[in-house]
Amino acid sequence: MKKVLILGGGVGGTIVANVLARRASPNETNITLVDATGRHVYQPGFIYVALGDEKPENLVRDERGLLDKHVNLVIDEAILIDPDEKKVRLKSGRILDYDYLVVATGARLCPEELPGFEAAHHFYDLDASVRLSRVLDSFSGGRIVIGIGGMPYKCPPAPVEFACLLDYYFTRRGSRHKVEIHYLSPLPRVFPIESVAHLVQEIMDSGGIKYTQLFNVERIEPENNLVHSLEGESLKYDLLIVVPPHRGTKVVENSGLGDRGGWIPTDKYTLKAKGYDDIYVVGDATDIPISKAGATAHYEAKVVGENIAADIRGSGTKRLYDGKVQCFFDAGFKKGMRIAFDYEHPPKPARLSRRWYYMKMLIKKIYWSVILKGWI
Amino acid sequence: MTQDIKIDRVIDARGSFCPGPLMELIKAIKEAKVGEVISVYSSDSGSKRDIPIWVEKAGHELLGVFDRDSYTEFVVRKKR
Repeated sequence: MKKVLILGGGVGGTIVANVLARRASPNETNITLVDATGRHVYQPGFIYVALGDEKPENLVRDERGLLDKHVNLVIDEAILIDPDEKKVRLKSGRILDYDYLVVATGARLCPEELPGFEAAHHFYDLDASVRLSRVLDSFSGGRIVIGIGGMPYKCPPAPVEFACLLDYYFTRRGSRHKVEIHYLSPLPRVFPIESVAHLVQEIMDSGGIKYTQLFNVERIEPENNLVHSLEGESLKYDLLIVVPPHRGTKVVENSGLGDRGGWIPTDKYTLKAKGYDDIYVVGDATDIPISKAGATAHYEAKVVGENIAADIRGSGTKRLYDGKVQCFFDAGFKKGMRIAFDYEHPPKPARLSRRWYYMKMLIKKIYWSVILKGWI
Repeated sequence: MTQDIKIDRVIDARGSFCPGPLMELIKAIKEAKVGEVISVYSSDSGSKRDIPIWVEKAGHELLGVFDRDSYTEFVVRKKR
């Protein structure tokens, strides 16, 4: 009997568990997933909660109901990984051993690392998104500034997507003329992907969305409503929305498995932690220089689940992760873009269409019953 | 040639299109100590424009841009 221990019940951990449960015999595989809360949250929905288009309770489900019946769910927090002894210590004091470990612990928000962050809002967790929805609802006019407080951060297009959606939000409310939307891009273009940036810039220009390029938020000065960049510029705001700095999770840092940012050095093809043949890393927890996003975790998790199953069976060809990422950008006004690429194929120039907006809405619906099961 | 320069950290961002090599460099610079030298490998055609622009704007030093077989190497020193 091989023991597979999965840390984290987000999109990556859940798909690994379900794919493995389907592909490996329960007589020869024991699958345990450890999650601190037992509540699974659909993170791409945060922006819609912040904009008042989604109820927070619709984004949360019980993790148990999302897992194959052969997966043991332990609601507890992993606090220390001992790769030499092949054991994981939990907050309760319980110790679990493993033959295969999958670290899918995600990223941790660290707003305290950005001076003055208490003056800012964000949409990177559910509670903050609810607070931002109230602030936006009562916003009577002025300059809304959207910036990025550190690298890396989850879902690189999300802040500029939010700027586009704010244009739609205030247009629908009839108060767009009272609101200036100003996006601070960390790059010398408005979008991370060069082949898509021209179209995003057209969308922003046509919507009257202002932007400053090469502005990485370094410090906020709440007493004067100023945000400062590490490049030496400043901008005044009436409402400030900043992506909080991210780090790897504490269990990774405490176990000495992370780099300076707490991300685990990971082989970009095998998804094994470098130096360990029995530890896989999925999703935001890796140091792989591609998008930290659910779409990335989704495709990585399928590879890891299939490969562990093949290893246990002692058969089957191992698959390498090819860097596949596919995501859908909501540009507002019920139009969207599809962005897809892998390590070898840069994204093609995107097209704006209603089809991709509705595809994004469809994914929100099939996430629970199809994507998390690893069917696609 | 880079063999004359002591590299403190290598960022292999080949195959990274989103967030892309410049964002990886910004992350590494923030984590680095003043004086450390970072080398970034990029296969993204936009890097030849992006990286020099940001390095100058942020007040760091571009020590070299080297064309390799199928990628470009950028060597940057953190100055402040």
